[in-house]
Amino acid sequence: MKYRAVLSLILLLVTPAPAEEIALHGFVQGNYAGRVTGEVPPGPGGGDFLLGDERFQLKLAASSKDAGFFLKTDFIQDAIARATDQEVREARLDYGSGAVDLRLGRQVITWGVGDLLFINDIFPKDYAAFFSGRPLEYLKIGSDAAKMDLFSDFVSAELVVIPFFQPDRLPSSQRFFEFDPFPGLPHTTEEPGAKFRNTELALRLYRDIHGFDTAVYAYRGFWKTPAMRPDNPLLPTQVTLFFPRLAVYGASTQGNALGGVTGLEAGYYDSLDDRSGSDPAIPNSMIKYLAGYQRQIWNEFTAGVQYYGEYLLDYGAYQDTLPSGFPAQDRLRQVLTVRFTQLLRYQTLRLSLFAFYSPTDQDYYFIPEVRYSFTDALWGAMGANLFGGEKETTPFGQMDKNDNVYVTVRYEF
Amino acid sequence: MSHFTKTFSRIFLILMAVVLLPAPLLAMEPAEIIKKSQAAFYEAGQDFQARVKMTLTTREGQQRLREFTMLRKNDMAGEQKYFIYFHSPGDVAGTTFMVYKYPNRDSDRWLFIPAINLVNRIAARDSRSSFVGSDFTYEDVSGRPLEADTHKLIKEEAVNGRLAYVVESVPKSAAEYTRKLAWIDQVTFLPLKEEYYDIQGVLYKVFTAGEVKEIQSLSTIMKRTMENVKSGHKTDVVFERVQYNVGIGDDLFSERYLRRPPEKWIK
Repeated sequence: MKYRAVLSLILLLVTPAPAEEIALHGFVQGNYAGRVTGEVPPGPGGGDFLLGDERFQLKLAASSKDAGFFLKTDFIQDAIARATDQEVREARLDYGSGAVDLRLGRQVITWGVGDLLFINDIFPKDYAAFFSGRPLEYLKIGSDAAKMDLFSDFVSAELVVIPFFQPDRLPSSQRFFEFDPFPGLPHTTEEPGAKFRNTELALRLYRDIHGFDTAVYAYRGFWKTPAMRPDNPLLPTQVTLFFPRLAVYGASTQGNALGGVTGLEAGYYDSLDDRSGSDPAIPNSMIKYLAGYQRQIWNEFTAGVQYYGEYLLDYGAYQDTLPSGFPAQDRLRQVLTVRFTQLLRYQTLRLSLFAFYSPTDQDYYFIPEVRYSFTDALWGAMGANLFGGEKETTPFGQMDKNDNVYVTVRYEF
Repeated sequence: MSHFTKTFSRIFLILMAVVLLPAPLLAMEPAEIIKKSQAAFYEAGQDFQARVKMTLTTREGQQRLREFTMLRKNDMAGEQKYFIYFHSPGDVAGTTFMVYKYPNRDSDRWLFIPAINLVNRIAARDSRSSFVGSDFTYEDVSGRPLEADTHKLIKEEAVNGRLAYVVESVPKSAAEYTRKLAWIDQVTFLPLKEEYYDIQGVLYKVFTAGEVKEIQSLSTIMKRTMENVKSGHKTDVVFERVQYNVGIGDDLFSERYLRRPPEKWIK
């Protein structure tokens, strides 16, 4: 089936098309990651390898004066799952005229000024891919959406309508160790159905203010990571994973200041299904904020720092209703990040380190990486995902046993 | 000889001397030469469009290619806007890069990464950083403030049959080089050759202009080379499809077109 798809793509290329410009790019990539803690999750899916796959990506783009399309498809051979697979990562149609741009179909949308910290970017993410060392682009998942852009000198707007819910992809308990408050119980997932009333809406208004790229955001939809509800709080026999309703209102700004690039972002998360904060299964309403700064320290060396906070708004109700024995979250979760990047040998060699550290959760996540471009077409990267913390219940602490080393080799055309 | 004729012949002699002395040396201040050179080299036309091919060659002969479309527009008060769209290599194809350059403060720089549909600001303090891994720095690509160096006219000399001013520029504060010699064409004011000296006073980088063409009656360097004589690494640049005054709108230099570069301009 998929070979037929490839063939038809190639045919498309050799057939004279009315479009003015057709471009075919893509890559062949090997991606491997192994756990280095010596521990193996129980169950049939458990093993030392977190990743073992080869993929072939095709990117086909065509455009004429006002219109265009873009298709990005991965064909995957997964040695761990012993399966081949295919994934349409993006498939979109574009139309632009005058002050309006339209984009329809599966598309990746990235908002906000955080570096690997997301507040107003409520679009789906693949943390399983990220934690096991896939290239950064795999952190973002396409949304099946319609997007309209309106441009004006005063303010520009981006309106996204997402009728089909796409949750975040989280590490699976087959391949990863992670904290489960209800171990051993069957989990069922209930996603919001494809109904009109479940359509998500996201709006961004933006403009330049004194050299700062400034934006305000609004979103109405669902939490993208599931909440957990046991069928019986005292003697649970089954756990339901579900996605409570959420609204987010926020703002961000970024520009040159203090000799570098400075960014600020904040958002108010309104947990619509539990505004009082008294349902322990549903996340509290909260304020999220971050401040970031990056600059060049010396030639080809850039450093970035961020400070991030999450402040629960109904903490009293949260504490009162949290079942006993459950790990309590702090009222204010704080995270610091640093990013160091050094380019060497005419920018063909890149050494980088990204580190998360939470002084409140007392946990961390380090990602050191070396990337080298052997030729213009071939590059390889080797790095590690190193987690740890005081407790096994915090976001990074629960990942402690998943420390892994990964290798990516890609031939791009 | 009368007193009158004596005075007259003295005046005549002085006038002759003034006329016969190497006129340009008298007529132009070194800073003026550099200013005219920068205008010819970095600011020609109201706007500019070219397809640029950069070949990076190591001492061992390994080659890498960068191909991009470059658009430039001159704004008021010495400000400039740049828009660059990368065609190759594959891992950066489709990436766009935009710079707002100001005469007296740090540039604003934005990068669009298509794989994650992200527009990001880039820290741009150090204009000595290499441009896309080549031997050219950001400064070499878009210019350096005239007042950043002290300029001195050393001599005049012919380069490949073209008469040139040789101007020495010494940075007033720490820079990539400690001394630069530039051979500037006396007619076109384009740099024909540049030599960069490091802190030990040793030559490390040489710029050479190759083919020069008149495009819309503006002299344009179509081929140039920057060679690091210490490392043996060099970058050859070829400009193709050069056009001036194509009427690039101000709106091109925006987030909208950074994300969706218009076909019309990037071809």
